[in-house]
Amino acid sequence: MCTTCGCSGAASHHHSEHDLSEDGLSENDLREDSLHTSGSHTHDHQNSPDSHIHHHNDQARILEVEQSILSKNDRFAADNRQRLKAHNVASFNLVSSPGSGKTSLLVRTIEQLRDKAGIAVIEGDQQTELDATRIRETGAPAIQINTGKGCHLDAHQIGHALDHWDLDSVDLIFIENVGNLVCPAAFDLGETARVAVLSVTEGEDKPLKYPDMFYGSDLMLINKIDLLPYVDFDVAKSIEYARRINPDIEVIQLSAKTGEGMTEWTRWCLQHLEKDTSIARDNRAESCNTNA
Amino acid sequence: MHELSLAEDMRDLILEKAEKDGFRKVEKVWLEVGELACVEASAMEFCFSAVMAGTPAQGAKLEIISIPGEGECHQCHHRWRVQELYDCCPECGSFGARIIQGREVRVKSISVI
Ligand SMILES: Nc1nc2c(ncn2[C@@H]2O[C@H](COP(=O)(O)OP(=O)(O)OP(=O)(O)O)[C@@H](O)[C@H]2O)c(=O)[nH]1
Ligand SMILES: [Mg+2]
Ligand SMILES: [Zn+2]
Ligand SMILES: [Zn+2]
Ligand SMILES: [Zn+2]
Ligand SMILES: [Zn+2]
Ligand SMILES: [Zn+2]
Repeated sequence: MCTTCGCSGAASHHHSEHDLSEDGLSENDLREDSLHTSGSHTHDHQNSPDSHIHHHNDQARILEVEQSILSKNDRFAADNRQRLKAHNVASFNLVSSPGSGKTSLLVRTIEQLRDKAGIAVIEGDQQTELDATRIRETGAPAIQINTGKGCHLDAHQIGHALDHWDLDSVDLIFIENVGNLVCPAAFDLGETARVAVLSVTEGEDKPLKYPDMFYGSDLMLINKIDLLPYVDFDVAKSIEYARRINPDIEVIQLSAKTGEGMTEWTRWCLQHLEKDTSIARDNRAESCNTNA
Repeated sequence: MHELSLAEDMRDLILEKAEKDGFRKVEKVWLEVGELACVEASAMEFCFSAVMAGTPAQGAKLEIISIPGEGECHQCHHRWRVQELYDCCPECGSFGARIIQGREVRVKSISVI
């Protein structure tokens, strides 16, 4: 049985119907999800004694819903978080514009960390298996989620991806989100920490233009610093802008090409294995769960 | 598009509700949208009618209720109406407001038959 959504299909259903579905969630998910939410059912019969005959008349009535549109995602995210914590796995959600260097960074990260930790990768792209293939060439396991026309990963997809691994043999999971600085900000995946990657070819005003992404991130990685001599990117200004939005955001500058700064980054990743990450997770829930 | 996936999640939420409460048709949906939620009202209306086609909420009206942004200064705890996430505190000039309200997208209520 699927531990994420409680569906009872054969294991192979995940491939054909969920993970690789091009249109996001399948019909099955609607059914699955009504299973998990039946416990939290609230309705308004007690307030209106007449409403038991509502099926038989044409009187319009108003139902108070008071529910965040993201509440379903947030339930899946909470499940993922609990599951990862139970297996002592730290997970990182990498968000950025397309082409900031996430896959290059992950390939290099795996090369530097593989003797120290078990690493697995979830790749989100609208199309193709290319990024997962690049990761697998390092020897690390990778799952590709194709979101089709969807422009972000959601927590349900991540839950299914986790089904593929023995989490006891994994220490770090890197999730490469779809290249998009707008909507991945709204979708908590259950990650330990969120990492916004900004490359120096993009312009230092990105944090002001896409503030949501930086509001919800724990770390800003400034990538491609090997190109600084050739571009007008003002590093100090980009950091100042990011901290206007999020005074606590940490910053690491690196180059996935030359390897400069990589040690600081890999150390940052490993430190999440040692400390109890539940505090960071609670903060994340506060900033993302708009229904709080 | 951002609004499309939000509209799909709204559809799922309403269908879930329809299954539990046994209504046949949704006539109207009241949606609260925070001013800082990055949701464009006209795009939301368009996506709403597109994704509701063929469901009990086909043809339902969508009323968007705008919720103002509210932030609290992390230095002096002054609260004010935040327009942008990078606004500075009007009292002490610090950046980095904690957002208390205005990022939400919530279905407030629905009118059903
Ligand atoms: N000079 C330089 N180029 C880099 C660096 N990191 C990545 N690149 C180049 O940037 C381009 C995009 O890199 P990717 O790793 O594919 O970027 P990505 O963020 O995974 O891209 P998407 O998945 O398509 O969003 C490639 O041509 C990389 O070689 C860097 O540190 N320095
Ligand atoms: Mg990539
Ligand atoms: Zn399942
Ligand atoms: Zn499922
Ligand atoms: Zn799969
Ligand atoms: Zn999206
Ligand atoms: Zn202040």
